Amino acid sequence: MENLPELLVANWNNYPRINARLWEFRTENQAVKLLDSLSRCIPRGLGRSYGDCSLEKNIISTPDFKRFIALDQKQEILECEAGISLDQILRTIIPRGLFLPVTPGTRHVTLGGAIASDVHGKNHHLHGAFGRHVLSLLLLTPGGEVIDCSREKNAEIFYAVCGGMGLLGLILSARIRLMPIQSTYISQLTIPAENLDHLMDLFETHEQSTYSVAWLDLLSRGRNFGHGLFMLGEHCLSGEITSKDLRRREKFGINIPFFMPGWIMNEHGLRAFNNLYHLRGKSGPGRSFPDLDDFFYPLDKVHNWNRFYGRKGFLQYQFVLPKEHSRLGLEKIQAHIQASGILPFLAVLKLLGPQAGPLSFPLQGYTLALDFPIKPGLSAMLSALDRLVHNLGGRIYLAKDARMSKLDFRRGYPEISRFLELKNKLDPKNKMASLQSKRLGLCAKPY
Amino acid sequence: MRKTVLILGAGSDMARALSAELAEGGYNLFLAGRNVHELSKDAKDLEIRFEIQAEALYFDALDTNSHPGFYDHLNPEPFGVVAAFGVLGDENLARRDPLEWQQIINTNYSGCVSILSLAANRMEKAGEGFIVGISSVAGDRGRAANYVYGSAKAGLSAFLSGLRNRLCRSGVRVITVKPGFVRTKMTRDLDLPSRLSATPEEAARDIFNAILSNRDVVYTRWMWRWIMAFIKHIPERIFKRMSI
Ligand SMILES: Cc1cc2nc3c(=O)[nH]c(=O)nc-3n(C[C@H](O)[C@H](O)[C@H](O)COP(=O)(O)OP(=O)(O)OC[C@H]3O[C@@H](n4cnc5c(N)ncnc54)[C@H](O)[C@@H]3O)c2cc1C
Ligand SMILES: NC(=O)c1ccc[n+]([C@@H]2O[C@H](COP(=O)([O-])OP(=O)(O)OC[C@H]3O[C@@H](n4cnc5c(N)ncnc54)[C@H](OP(=O)(O)O)[C@@H]3O)[C@@H](O)[C@H]2O)c1
Repeated sequence: MENLPELLVANWNNYPRINARLWEFRTENQAVKLLDSLSRCIPRGLGRSYGDCSLEKNIISTPDFKRFIALDQKQEILECEAGISLDQILRTIIPRGLFLPVTPGTRHVTLGGAIASDVHGKNHHLHGAFGRHVLSLLLLTPGGEVIDCSREKNAEIFYAVCGGMGLLGLILSARIRLMPIQSTYISQLTIPAENLDHLMDLFETHEQSTYSVAWLDLLSRGRNFGHGLFMLGEHCLSGEITSKDLRRREKFGINIPFFMPGWIMNEHGLRAFNNLYHLRGKSGPGRSFPDLDDFFYPLDKVHNWNRFYGRKGFLQYQFVLPKEHSRLGLEKIQAHIQASGILPFLAVLKLLGPQAGPLSFPLQGYTLALDFPIKPGLSAMLSALDRLVHNLGGRIYLAKDARMSKLDFRRGYPEISRFLELKNKLDPKNKMASLQSKRLGLCAKPY
Repeated sequence: MRKTVLILGAGSDMARALSAELAEGGYNLFLAGRNVHELSKDAKDLEIRFEIQAEALYFDALDTNSHPGFYDHLNPEPFGVVAAFGVLGDENLARRDPLEWQQIINTNYSGCVSILSLAANRMEKAGEGFIVGISSVAGDRGRAANYVYGSAKAGLSAFLSGLRNRLCRSGVRVITVKPGFVRTKMTRDLDLPSRLSATPEEAARDIFNAILSNRDVVYTRWMWRWIMAFIKHIPERIFKRMSI
């Protein structure tokens, strides 16, 4: 095996940062040889996860494996190698009137990463997670076999690989369903919400809207807790918007650009920013027509925004609570955060639909994502939140985890035994392992 | 109608990047090389991304007997031809092993002369087209480290210069590309100085721009033109003692 130097590698939140070898490949043949030559490794796409799920001493880096294999415009089906980014896919399909049926908040993740984390978008309550739109995939198993998985063939493996965090093998390629669009604009309705109750009512009354998400202010107390902005979106039909609407959009674009100067990271700045954000909605519900990038990927406009948090990095804490416990639970969690004095920068709330595969994150209920700069006391505070979340029957998103305990993980993902049975079969020697999987005990029995 | 460009050695990293530039520029492509299995996947990828037509073809630069048949079968006849294949070889081995120096010379020099002569004759008749030969700064002056490779590239540079001279009046352009360092499979094991090294994408952009503009000889990265001008002017009695 040739000698490859070690590099410092971290995922999007810059924590943890480790020395690792990044093994690249460009063809299926090279992938097979590579996997065969390594005794322990984990796939890594564009490193847009927050934490250690794609970190290990030896990393199989996929972004050079990025060819389109087939595009059927009539049937709206796309097949690509797994290292291709959603960005490249969108560049190719949008001009042909097609879009991804599910997309995360950034274009810069790979197809393989989107499947392995079974990512969700603003339409999860209606359209499910990314895996639901995967028709079939080719998996290179730790044993060196290439197997075709779908709902019809190797179905059990198929469901477990969607959300399987790279632990059952390397996804080589996938066929996915696309959706037709008539324009590149979204008709967005922004509604200011007084408090958490109001916000949740909005989510529930608008359950039939395609896209919904809310930004909420965690600093406000008492009856005002949870005031924020609720945003709904639908794809514009052709002819639905006029050039007048577009001009208006350019002038008064309601979209808040998420520019985050350093000062905003302290409480005063945060309050000012939150007020400013809230003001945009003060005027009452507002209709606007953002384009796809403004609506789905506002953070992509600020390259490397993760660096605002400095070299120490930050943590994103994303959990979901079952719907019946969400209202009470969110209040408890907010109270806890406020009492700790460690305030998150961004808080994004979303109502999710039911769960898919055994390790897939979404379950029916509310998910909240919080960004915290790393500082003393954070770890203890989050451990306390872990307890709250799991006592309420909730769970934490593996793609955003760098620190949860094995015990909490087991409580959050009760179907883990189903997953481990497959792991035992496909990877008895634990060839596929990440820092995260070792921490969480996500391994075949003899370890 | 779209014009077609034939890329020889289409699996080379520089060629792959150039294929994307050409496809984006609206050219259809023949991707020719030894690994047809991968080249056909590349072709499909380019077809989908850029809505052009691309086809993979088997081509071995060393098998010069096959070249006339290969060129005859191209349909449509290419408007442009890019010769990107090449081998760096093992210079130390080439001192002892005739097979090694023959492989270096036959690939980098004879292979190009063979296939580009065929292309030149067709294009001369058609009265249009372009030929791109990827030579090297190593051909500008022989150095102890890689003079067999360098001499083959020197031969190629002279061949391209003569071809350009011959075809100038018939409206066929000949472009000599002289890369300095490019980060590709060929140089994977070398420790390249970062300021002097191009990515395959940068090199491809330089080559594509040369095709669009009226350049005859292009160095990539650009500073190599001046570096080589300097190196060529070092008097031989000094140069022979140097180790660069
Ligand atoms: C700005 C931003 C916004 C985001 N918004 C959302 C969102 O709205 N919803 C959401 O769900 N997520 C969101 N994410 C998280 C992101 O979508 C996921 O972490 C995604 O998995 C990252 O993909 P990646 O290609 O970067 O993979 P990596 O981060 O490199 O890896 C993620 C996991 O996938 C595995 N993996 C990668 N490629 C393969 C492969 N070919 N075969 C097998 N396993 C593989 C890795 O082993 C690892 O376990 C966001 C992230 C950022 C930075
Ligand atoms: N990289 C540099 O720093 C550098 C500097 C100066 C000049 N160059 C020149 O640039 C050109 C492109 O090279 P690169 O850097 O992109 O290297 P590369 O990726 O190694 O590509 C070389 C290609 O040549 C092909 N090839 C070798 N022998 C062949 C034969 N007999 N028939 C057909 N194809 C053959 C190889 O095909 P297979 O895939 O089948 O092996 C390979 O795809 C070469 O001419 C090289 O000499 C490179």
